[in-house]
Amino acid sequence: MSNLMLFVAAIIGVLGGGWVFRFLGRTFTGNKPYFRDMGLGVAFGYVLGALLLIWLIWAYGQSHSSDLATANKFFFLGKAVEGFFLFAAAAWVFRLFGRYVGPDGSRKIFRSMPLTASFGVLTILIYAFVAIFAAWLAPYGQEEILSSANIVPGGNPTVGGNPEFPLGTDQIGRDIMSRLIFGAQNTVGIAFATTCLAFFIGGSLGFLAATLQGWLDQVLSRGVDVLMAIPSLIFALLLMTIASAWAGSEKGLLTYYMILIIAVIDSTRVFRLARAVGLNIVVMDYIEAAKLRGEGLSYLIFREILPNAYAPLLAEFGLRFCFVFLTIASLSFLGVGIQPPTADWGTMVRDLAQFINFAGFAPQVASAPLLAAGAIALLTVAVNFVVDWMLQKSSGLKE
Amino acid sequence: MASILKIIAQRLALGALTMFVVSVVIFTAVNLLPGDFAQAILGQGATPEAVDAIRRDLGLDQPPITRYLDWLAGALQGDLGNSFAQANFAAFVGSDAGSGLSSVAGQIAPRFENTIFLAGVTALFAVPVSLTLGILAALYRNSIFDRATNILTLSSISSPEFFLAYILILFLAVMNPILPSLSNIYEGMGFGERFTKTLLPALTLTLVVTAHMMRMTRAAIINLLASPYIEMAQLKGISPLRIIVKHALPNALAPIINVVALNLAYLITGVVVVEVVFVYPGIGQLFVDSVKIRDIPVVQACCLIFAGAYILLNLTADVLSILSNPRLRHPK
Repeated sequence: MSNLMLFVAAIIGVLGGGWVFRFLGRTFTGNKPYFRDMGLGVAFGYVLGALLLIWLIWAYGQSHSSDLATANKFFFLGKAVEGFFLFAAAAWVFRLFGRYVGPDGSRKIFRSMPLTASFGVLTILIYAFVAIFAAWLAPYGQEEILSSANIVPGGNPTVGGNPEFPLGTDQIGRDIMSRLIFGAQNTVGIAFATTCLAFFIGGSLGFLAATLQGWLDQVLSRGVDVLMAIPSLIFALLLMTIASAWAGSEKGLLTYYMILIIAVIDSTRVFRLARAVGLNIVVMDYIEAAKLRGEGLSYLIFREILPNAYAPLLAEFGLRFCFVFLTIASLSFLGVGIQPPTADWGTMVRDLAQFINFAGFAPQVASAPLLAAGAIALLTVAVNFVVDWMLQKSSGLKE
Repeated sequence: MASILKIIAQRLALGALTMFVVSVVIFTAVNLLPGDFAQAILGQGATPEAVDAIRRDLGLDQPPITRYLDWLAGALQGDLGNSFAQANFAAFVGSDAGSGLSSVAGQIAPRFENTIFLAGVTALFAVPVSLTLGILAALYRNSIFDRATNILTLSSISSPEFFLAYILILFLAVMNPILPSLSNIYEGMGFGERFTKTLLPALTLTLVVTAHMMRMTRAAIINLLASPYIEMAQLKGISPLRIIVKHALPNALAPIINVVALNLAYLITGVVVVEVVFVYPGIGQLFVDSVKIRDIPVVQACCLIFAGAYILLNLTADVLSILSNPRLRHPK
């Protein structure tokens, strides 16, 4: 109960602070309209924001305090603040770079790009680079079991680290950094392949339904309605049960089944969009003209509809990729997705999760599972930022 | 009034039809499994006679359509069959045949209640918070507050549930032991204790759902703010908050109801991962466990329940948004 009282008292205190802030603003600026018309709620927001900022700065200072217990308590907060500024700075530099280097077209794009989008593009590029060159970047193999297990991340020998393994090793002695790097290749690569497959299935069927219409459209649309009535993760889990029975002892086969299952489930969403976009396009005059010219079905779909449906499909590709990526990560986290010993972020989180409980006295130990989970989150956040920007740009909406 | 009843009846009929087709899909999918259960439990010692006996006992020798109808009739009466988990050879032979079998309904019932409790607590937090935040973001759009919430919500939507869950565990359970990180809920637990133990998974789900709901609320309201009647209200000199609450909100109700229902439906999928992280004894955990040990009747039943809840919530959203539209409520 006392906590609740404290909470209420804090709110009232901040509200009072807001009133004082507004009053001071009015007095010192000679009743400028900005302060004169300011609602108490807005003043409250400013004071609350300022207090949070001050607390963050104080906490960041604490994370570098000489007292180890205090520093440990604020370790993650400090790292988060550092990471935030690091990424923001990198995104800013990247945008600046893009504005002055490269062909005219890309320079123009960079000029109107918000910082979040440039962060997204930069992150996606880095992930792509790591995924493609994983075999050269990783210091060890993904399944290679090294001599020492349970080395603490950070590479600081005083707390149980080892500079040879900058991010430590897991319970059976595999290098976490190598597994993270190979995870980029496996997890992102599989998610990308699945999304492409889903787009191939859903996109072609959707355009076909839009062009031909009639009974094919009816059959496909009703079928998709039914498939979409089952929550996708649940349906994926059900089908994975069956797939695991089919695959039997061949665990490697399960990954291919998973790609197929998730691609089919997600293609229903793509189908909906492709059909809707296609239906808007087939009523255009140029389609009529092409039909009168006697063009075949494949010409209509690939030469007339596809180029005009490019923008919404690209944005959808980004969103779909996020969904597929998260579904695969969730399945792997639940233990039915990508099978060990293949390095994969979802599986890594599950395997390393128990280390979180050591965060109180050895925060470096607890960072291992968070690194893998963070790697997943960072990529989806980046893709979402880019998609958000693209949608805003293509719709031309300012609000 | 007659027309609206007709529309609602149509939707309900459509929902029932979808549910039926979904049950067919689930049943067919499960029947694609190679071999059958009788062989699986007997393992290597399977003699044709024993396999036949168990098949007959479980009705596996019937043609698929008969089995489907049996299953459906049972499911409608609340009998979802027997779990395979504890079933073994001994359960089928000797004098105490049938004693080792536990019914699926019996396994699901207590867990189902737990999951509903978790979803309820989540909705209790998520709905008011997200609506308030959405209205505030629409009110102060393009301000620092709006941009900060935009970035925060986008990040929390795109993070996997287990990432958010572990971050919350890290800060609220390990670094500052305020809440328990494991939700070991048992029968006969006091409400207060149960609530505390549910709080951390509920908070995780709230984070995921709130972000989505808030963004949609904001979008729905901003969409309306462009209409002429809002401009009129602005020109009259009404305060921005009043414009939003009194003029924009009633018309944004239909999309907002839709969003709330959709997100509650999303909760159903979300619970699976979150329940596993927190070892919360809900239906999602049962589902994942059954998937791992291939306990087909339980998987089938859980799937049916999840799909049913999903369809029901979407149906509710449909009906409610029809009801919130005055043009449909008072036809000319």
